[in-house]
Amino acid sequence: MEQKIKTVQAPDGIEGPGFFATKLSEVVGLARANSLWPMPFATSCCGIEFMATMGSTYDLGRFGSERLSYSPRQADMLMVMGTISKKFAPVIRRIYEQMAEPKWVMAVGACASSGGIFDTYSVLQGIDKIIPVDIYVPGCPPRPEQILDGILKLQEIVKKEDIRRRGTEEYDKLLKSYNIK
Amino acid sequence: MALEAEQIKNRLETEFETSVSNFRFERDGMLTFDVEATKNLEVIRFLKEDAELRFNFLTDICGVHYPDFPEGERFAVVYHMHNWMDNVRILFKCFLNGKNPEINSIVPLFVGANWQERETYDFYGIIFKGHPQLKRILNMEEMTVFPMRKEYPMEDVGRTDKDDRFFGRIK
Repeated sequence: MEQKIKTVQAPDGIEGPGFFATKLSEVVGLARANSLWPMPFATSCCGIEFMATMGSTYDLGRFGSERLSYSPRQADMLMVMGTISKKFAPVIRRIYEQMAEPKWVMAVGACASSGGIFDTYSVLQGIDKIIPVDIYVPGCPPRPEQILDGILKLQEIVKKEDIRRRGTEEYDKLLKSYNIK
Repeated sequence: MALEAEQIKNRLETEFETSVSNFRFERDGMLTFDVEATKNLEVIRFLKEDAELRFNFLTDICGVHYPDFPEGERFAVVYHMHNWMDNVRILFKCFLNGKNPEINSIVPLFVGANWQERETYDFYGIIFKGHPQLKRILNMEEMTVFPMRKEYPMEDVGRTDKDDRFFGRIK
């Protein structure tokens, strides 16, 4: 029977009458990936593209992220969209630190990724100078399709991420390199 | 009866003699002149309060750095003023020495000068004597340099993606 409503594919597992067995990490990954709550941090034109992404034409809600969280404590992914000045850097870092694990970061657009055209004394040359970044979306500004593509790529990371990655030696080392406790 | 440039010049010269000099017109036709840095407060008070001149509005204050000028005039503070009644604008510069650029704050005359002077201090390190709260306004407080001075590079030293190898500029 042809399915009219698209649903998320079940992970690999063993299926039989009345039961389905798979790894817990796969189920957790599936749940996490398909309900990522974004914390939008829009400081310039990339933020406008994000507004279009949330709008009905592109509709980020189709991928389980319609619930924007304006409190970092309830958000899963931090979306940094726009130029971050050095004066502003402590704010963004504080927001990152307030987010609960697991958390992911997306740098949307050239400015958040590398400073963009603002190669100047007052602008942070990419947010990865202060916090770890999972996904970079290029563009100046990127189209909503690109932002969606970035979120889909992030979902793949989230799905495959071991539930115990947080707390591993490697992850601690990463956070330590950013001097985040 | 509009306020003529000649009238402004005569009025200022009778009052301040050699402290005001070099009257000229810039390319946009605005009357421009230089004022001795120590006299800035008196000149602005006169421009504001004189019944004939009536420059009631301070449009802007900004700084300039001239690294190639003689030591005594490496910095300039530029004042723009506007007479709303006759719709006349003027501009004048106060030159400051490069080692110790200091000038009187005009906050007692125009409260709006507060942030403009802070901005000028922030970017050029020009000290406004008597300013109620002279600290950085736009740049982060930890910044140790005055970034619009020409000796500091415009670009950020932490930039990593402008590698010459990627642009065929390898030496």
